[in-house]
Amino acid sequence: MSQRRRQRTKGANGWLLSTPALILLVFAASGPLLIVAIYSVLEKGDYSGVRWILSGDGWFRVLFERDIFDQTVSLADANLSIFWRSVKLSVATTLITFALGLPTAWFIATRPAKVRAFWLFLITIPFWTNLLIRTFAIMEVVRNEGILNTALMNIGLISEPIQIMYTDTAVLIGMAYVYLPLMVLPLYAAIDRFDFRLIEAGYDLYASRWQVLRSVILPIIKPGIIAGSILVFIPSLGAYVTPRLLGGGKNMMIGNFIELQFGQGQNWPLGAALSTVLLLIVLVSLVVYTRVSSRDNPHG
Amino acid sequence: MHGLNNNIAVDARNIGKIYGTGNEAVIALGDVSISIEKGEFFTLLGPSGCGKTTLLRCIAGFETPTSGSIHLSGTDITYTPPNERPVNTVFQSYALFPHLTVAQNVGFGLKMLGKPAADIAKSVARVLALVKLEDFADRLPAQLSGGQQQRVALARALAPEPEVLLLDEPLSALDLKLRKEMQSELKRLQTETGITFIFVTHDQEEALTMSNRIGVMSQGALLQVGTPHEIYEHPVNRFVADFIGETNFLDGQVDNAQVRIGTGDLLDVPLGDHKGLVTLAIRPEQVSVEPQGTGIAATITETTYMGTDTHYKLSLSDGSLIVARVQSNSAGARSAGDVVGIRIDAAAVQVLKS
Repeated sequence: MSQRRRQRTKGANGWLLSTPALILLVFAASGPLLIVAIYSVLEKGDYSGVRWILSGDGWFRVLFERDIFDQTVSLADANLSIFWRSVKLSVATTLITFALGLPTAWFIATRPAKVRAFWLFLITIPFWTNLLIRTFAIMEVVRNEGILNTALMNIGLISEPIQIMYTDTAVLIGMAYVYLPLMVLPLYAAIDRFDFRLIEAGYDLYASRWQVLRSVILPIIKPGIIAGSILVFIPSLGAYVTPRLLGGGKNMMIGNFIELQFGQGQNWPLGAALSTVLLLIVLVSLVVYTRVSSRDNPHG
Repeated sequence: MHGLNNNIAVDARNIGKIYGTGNEAVIALGDVSISIEKGEFFTLLGPSGCGKTTLLRCIAGFETPTSGSIHLSGTDITYTPPNERPVNTVFQSYALFPHLTVAQNVGFGLKMLGKPAADIAKSVARVLALVKLEDFADRLPAQLSGGQQQRVALARALAPEPEVLLLDEPLSALDLKLRKEMQSELKRLQTETGITFIFVTHDQEEALTMSNRIGVMSQGALLQVGTPHEIYEHPVNRFVADFIGETNFLDGQVDNAQVRIGTGDLLDVPLGDHKGLVTLAIRPEQVSVEPQGTGIAATITETTYMGTDTHYKLSLSDGSLIVARVQSNSAGARSAGDVVGIRIDAAAVQVLKS
């Protein structure tokens, strides 16, 4: 009895231990978010900043634009195409990193234990280098006078350089390169725990190679696939440096568009509203994705 | 003319399996030939590393033999991938799919064969009833005990109704009581389904109680194939005799139609055409302990009371040791240090080349 009471007392005060974490969450995460949310419903200042007057203009201009002359309202096609490009490129980045990451992670997980650490080390090397420098490195590869085009022209495959720089393709290559380790590491962790004897069991029970992959391996390493996809998709959606440098001014993603509002655009409420939209897209994608992927597999 | 016999399920001819090359080459299987009949419960018996599992994996298709060929019901399957062989395996580790329920595990093979869902459901229900797991169809493997997982593994391998079922030491992870239960269970399933079972074990008792025939293996070679009775009563060499049950070995010299052992005593054993130096393989139950003065003089060095039986370790006058197993009540109370006489049931003694 007394022991139970002591346990209850312990439980009652235990939350105090999480105070530092709570403070950090409130002031460093929720606080700034709150500021962003508040700024999104204020009126824009003359040059920058906000006036403390309630206004829906920031949110209005996320999706719509008003003609300067006749004040007619129409959908802001430019904004929508930026959203669409961001989602499209992020999904594509996730798929590409998965397609490249799965064999890579499989390869590492099937090496002898001694050399695995070495391969993992190679995977993490890009993390040691500044993102800007890595992006410049990609530029050096894909630009018209870069390594790729020069090589292709020298062996005579093409006569004119292929325009990759400042296209969505360049952004995609850059993002896939930058985020690949974030896919490989959780996949590796999942495959490392995988019982390879199950593959033999699959073959024994008349499954082809493809069926073993689809019905045995993928469902079992699914937690790793989900983790990797989330880790790649979220930063891709908010990517700033990569689309800025490789996509040029025209192929903006949400991150660049938001930066524009706080910089040249001098429209903080719109920037704040766009940031909130980005957050919502991420949240909705996460909910949909985890719902779909945790649905019972087709064996049911 | 092996292939013409319709009654042969698995016909392995001159199977060799070598891992590695050059100096590091390891011979897992020498030149093994074996014919297993349809509907047979065949056991490959041997110590670990003797090649029995390698042979099983060659039949399953997980390993390709370095030389030789394997025929299944007359068809050459040496190079057929495992998913195209009508052969299923019960793995030592069970290898159940952790993300699938019991029913989905059992139905996996049929699903991969493209059978309609209704047929799969029917087969799964039938096989689960066979292994008495009807009430566990919707559980995940992790929610089952070791014995239940074992039954699921068995049901999963039986569901596609393979021509041959391969069992790779499936009972080794179970405790003694459960193992005994599963032994008779396996025997029952084999009789009911009529499927050819090839069972791998290092447990000689398991082999003796379950099998129609046993193949004893050692160091990549098949030493002897025969019924449990043949293997036990007429082992071809010292290894088989020693591996199957407890055996005493006494060296001796053929002397006319008898064998003279180290103590100078003559034994009237079935000699066949053996000559010169021989080894006598004597089962402990073929040795009886008598009062001093009868038979061969011996001294008890150790007694072990085993319930119905008592084991005596005895030393003979030439220093050789012999173990006797006698019924506890008939033996009276004898203890270490007693000088006794032993009688050997000479007619049952197996004479081996020295």
